[in-house]
Amino acid sequence: MSLEPQTTISPASISPTKRRWGRGISAILGFAATVFLTFLGLLAITFFIGRVIPIDPVLAVVGDRASKAVYEAARASMGLDQPLYIQFVQYVGNVLSGNFGMSVSTGRPVIDDISRFFPATLEMATIGIIIGVIIGVPLGVLAASRQGSWVDQIIRVVGLLGYSMPAFWLGLVGLALFYAKLRWVGGPGRLDVFYDGLVSPVTGLILVDSLIAGEYEIFWNAVSHLILPASVLGFFSLAYIARMTRSFMLDQLNQEFVTTARVKGVPERIVIWRHAFNPIRVPLITVIGLSYAGLLEGSVMIETVFSWPGIGNYLTTGLLNADMNAVLGSTLVIGAVFIFINKISDVLYRVLDPRAR
Amino acid sequence: MTTRDWLLEDSPSSRFQANAGRAYRVFTALLRNPLSVVGGVIILVLILTAIFAPWIAPYSAVGQDLANRLAPPSGTHWMGTDELGRDIFSRVIWGSQITLTIVGLVALISAPLGLLIGAIAGYFGGWVDRILMGFTDIFLSMPKLILALAFVAALGPGINNAIIAIAITSWPAYARIARAETMTIRHAEFISAVRLQGAGPIRIIVQHILPLCTSSMIVRVTLDMAGVILTAAGLGFIGLGAQPPLPEWGAMISRGRTFILDQWWVATMPGFAIIIVSLGFCFLGDGLRDVLDPKSEGK
Repeated sequence: MSLEPQTTISPASISPTKRRWGRGISAILGFAATVFLTFLGLLAITFFIGRVIPIDPVLAVVGDRASKAVYEAARASMGLDQPLYIQFVQYVGNVLSGNFGMSVSTGRPVIDDISRFFPATLEMATIGIIIGVIIGVPLGVLAASRQGSWVDQIIRVVGLLGYSMPAFWLGLVGLALFYAKLRWVGGPGRLDVFYDGLVSPVTGLILVDSLIAGEYEIFWNAVSHLILPASVLGFFSLAYIARMTRSFMLDQLNQEFVTTARVKGVPERIVIWRHAFNPIRVPLITVIGLSYAGLLEGSVMIETVFSWPGIGNYLTTGLLNADMNAVLGSTLVIGAVFIFINKISDVLYRVLDPRAR
Repeated sequence: MTTRDWLLEDSPSSRFQANAGRAYRVFTALLRNPLSVVGGVIILVLILTAIFAPWIAPYSAVGQDLANRLAPPSGTHWMGTDELGRDIFSRVIWGSQITLTIVGLVALISAPLGLLIGAIAGYFGGWVDRILMGFTDIFLSMPKLILALAFVAALGPGINNAIIAIAITSWPAYARIARAETMTIRHAEFISAVRLQGAGPIRIIVQHILPLCTSSMIVRVTLDMAGVILTAAGLGFIGLGAQPPLPEWGAMISRGRTFILDQWWVATMPGFAIIIVSLGFCFLGDGLRDVLDPKSEGK
């Protein structure tokens, strides 16, 4: 999509900085347009899923024994007597004002539920991505600098396992091994039952809240519960991050400036971490952003396994209780965050990498 | 002249000979890569298992034996039994049919759909391209699993709806590939020649452009199959995919969840089946990519 204005001024008449600014503005506009369209698309899809696919949403609410008058009243109160495009506009208006409807299973507005459950997911995915980056990046660098060695083979296997292992299965096996057999970690849930509700939620992130309250015992209990699900999530991002780091590094190590540095006698450690690693930091940010977004999605499965009270668990509970408002609300929020992180990493790439400008 | 000479002849005398020769070259190139051989063997075993399941499986997939429930792996029950005394090994064998059906149908629905949309966008360009690709990009930037979950939630649980939901979320990647391929060949001289002979756009796209997109498509579809298997198993695990008593691997893991702490085999065994089959598709896809599409290696 090109939004660049068709100007008749010859390029030579504008100074280079001015031209770059013009291009920057049109790039920003184009970017804003794609983001806007993508979000609109997300809304259209959830609208379609919620209003168009079910044969009769009114029936789902009032039941098939309702009298005609009740049926009509419910239909009118749901706005279903309006044409589809008006319904869609109303739907977008509702979503933008934070009205996702009531959840049938919890009896509260969906938006309240989501804001209560989201921090748990955020906490788990964030620790997961930290694990993935701290282990994955050095592993990828190591694999590239010793191509063909056993480290390289391990990365290959880990990468392939990351593509072919069900996350929920790994979570279950982890629970059986590290919780039931070895007793190294806490079980399902965010805290042991007797610690529940002792810390008043400030941020909703238990690790932060317990530190604020000075409850170190609760903090460590939360860590013991968090470490396993976060590591399982971290494993999947690690597999992807290490694989990408390796291939970026290999590209750099084959460049001539690396050979020149080696010939000049620069120590190998500096060649790898300064000459080769510095240029790949920018594409790595994109990769990390993408896998962070992927983790938010992957947490749906993990949360089900670990009874983690996050948005993924809320979504699956909604699915099983035919609680469509909860399902669509969570889909919207996860989808929006997913798109947002994707686009942000895209922008960061363009801003930070001079070659992509 | 041996068959091999006939296959490798430089100037084939018929279209059949040319195609057979090309298939033979791809096949021998695949054989040189040990991992793709492993992958191919895994997929072959999966297909044979699915076809001959009634003869391979020692027990029925649904036959209950409550006296023998939750028995650990042994000589009579290689993978143990589940909470209803059903033989897990037999269920895994029968489950291969379900996995193969899901994989096959998703590929059959989403690949042609993506191919067609991409080829149309690439061939016509302009507004058609912008609208179709805008649509594709919107779908591409959605989280796939969540979208599939929401679709199944609306359509209702079940294996058919799971297949539809997965297919709906996986076509955009194929459309992108088909568009890129079409853009590179639409100005080729042989296309202009066909157009001058009076062929309409439909004929050009279906007969002359689509066949040229197939090799990169096969690579991508094979590589994606692992993801399809994982998504299908995930839907089954949550309870939205295949319904009991169908021996779907993800649903089997979900049943074993309750017993994971004491009877570990109920949940772990189907997981190994999923991992092996997914790995098989990854290996084969990697090998096919090296042979059919060498320029995209490592991406």
